[in-house]
Amino acid sequence: MRSTVEDNEVGITQGTPETAPIIRQQTAVYVYEAPLRLWHWVTVFSIITLCVTGYFIGSPLPTMPGEASDNFVMGYIRFAHFSAGYIVAVAFIGRIYWAFVGNSHARELFLPPMWKATFWREAFHEVRWYLFLEKIPKKYIGHNPLGQLAMFFFFVLGISFMIVTGFALYGEGLGQGSWADQLFGWVIPAMGQSQDVHTWHHLGMWYLITFVMIHVYVAIREDIMSRQSLISTMIGGWRMFKDDKPD
Amino acid sequence: MSQIETFYEVMRRQGITRRSFLKYCSLTAAALGLGPTFAPKIANAMETKERTPVIWLHGLECTCCSESFIRSAHPLVKDVVLSMISLDYDDTLMASAGHQAEALLEETIQKYKGKYILAVEGNPPLNEDGMFCIIGGKPFLDQLKHAAKDAAAVIAWGSCASWGCVQAARPNPTQAVPIHKVITDKPIIKVPGCPPIAEVMTGVITYMLTFGRVPELDRQGRPKMFYSQRIHDKCYRRPHFDAGQFVEEWDDEGARKGYCLYKVGCKGPTTYNACSTVRWNEGTSFPIQAGHGCIGCSEDGFWDKGSFYDRLTDIHQFGIEQNADEIGTAVAGGVGAAIAAHAAVSAIKRAQHKGDQDS
Repeated sequence: MRSTVEDNEVGITQGTPETAPIIRQQTAVYVYEAPLRLWHWVTVFSIITLCVTGYFIGSPLPTMPGEASDNFVMGYIRFAHFSAGYIVAVAFIGRIYWAFVGNSHARELFLPPMWKATFWREAFHEVRWYLFLEKIPKKYIGHNPLGQLAMFFFFVLGISFMIVTGFALYGEGLGQGSWADQLFGWVIPAMGQSQDVHTWHHLGMWYLITFVMIHVYVAIREDIMSRQSLISTMIGGWRMFKDDKPD
Repeated sequence: MSQIETFYEVMRRQGITRRSFLKYCSLTAAALGLGPTFAPKIANAMETKERTPVIWLHGLECTCCSESFIRSAHPLVKDVVLSMISLDYDDTLMASAGHQAEALLEETIQKYKGKYILAVEGNPPLNEDGMFCIIGGKPFLDQLKHAAKDAAAVIAWGSCASWGCVQAARPNPTQAVPIHKVITDKPIIKVPGCPPIAEVMTGVITYMLTFGRVPELDRQGRPKMFYSQRIHDKCYRRPHFDAGQFVEEWDDEGARKGYCLYKVGCKGPTTYNACSTVRWNEGTSFPIQAGHGCIGCSEDGFWDKGSFYDRLTDIHQFGIEQNADEIGTAVAGGVGAAIAAHAAVSAIKRAQHKGDQDS
């Protein structure tokens, strides 16, 4: 099944040779390059860290016994949160860079072709597939249109919002005139006051948690039910197809 | 009041001799590192420089800003009002009343066009053409616009003038608005707080008189020297926050030990003010020192940010009244249930499909 051939067009003879249609037969395609896979997993672990530490910053653990000088629980939690925040932001900037220099699949996240009618038709097909109205899913090398939409609206916009509000709040601690204040300090008056930014940052976390739940579920489900590999692709980079039937 | 008094005249009136005055001028020159020739120049400036005229207006407010102001210790408010500024109109503090007072206001505006400082306590209501606040028979809105037209600079005292405060809280029936919604062409120095700290108020005035300019302001128009840090940043209970030691509920062991009030809703981490450094009543105390969390009174719209005892703000949109974490938990729970249901249907369909293929 596994092939190192990238795009293998093979004419399959069906019926008489003169009427034989050319059917694209793809068994394995290299989709996700190494930096992109690295980014994905770095982001996964950072987001888990951010959600857990972020939750405990908002609702701290029970009071520590002993002297204040013996403990630094909130300090460590906040340190982990800020570090993971930096990692997510730097990785996301790297990911944007990779959209420019990587292969065409690296751009899917940022530019769903929403101006194309076929995109919406296929997205609708995917909706029908998830509503159990289609028996057979379509084959996709990269993201399917619905997946692309979800990635853009849930993840790209969600993480951008969290990076901007997160650094705006971080800038409050760094102080006025710090880089975070200069770049993102405008967010605080734009949303009302610091308290409002905190509220939105909390809501943003739940937005991303919802995304992660759906993302993981769909990845597992499609890995089982669709016609291509999902989870192994984000580990090894190769997309496998389970059948040789046309798209 | 034909001619406004100079600093020199005020000092003479307060019993300072000319000899002492000249000594003061030479000492000041020496203290500033200037040569002896500067002493007469300073004396000349003191003799000729007029005190800054200030008009202090009161709109919709509770006078807590004035109450705070008159308790200033450094400088003493007596020195501010009697020596440093010429407080020409303040209907709460001035001796005259009625027509006499209103005439003084008009006179000051005409006489010191473009030179006086306009200090505004409280704010104007816009509903019903401003009929919810009448000063001297006319809407405060008109008086404010009239006085602001020829002012050199405007000071917004307190959260009312700066943000709107309680009268602008939901549902705001009088449509009270902060003064920057009405005065759009003048520099406005916001000194928020409910009330602002006395020393912050006199400090802002002293700065403007000493340097003859508006202090450096942050993005929202607050003087950086008093409002650039949060209560939390300089709170003396901060080590307990970092250590994870909190007052879990009122009167518990943590409360007695003076632990951090974060869990009982202290707004210190989101409030910009000088309470934790300057403190109140000659530096005696401030709310957190007294064992109660900060309520965030110097922040925009603090009345509408839910309970004073919750860290997270309730969200009042689409008929819901929950905080972000409650909404988030509900949404995540709903999505989780939907995923479980979808997975179950998927499994059944797959089993059926397999059955179809087998047969």
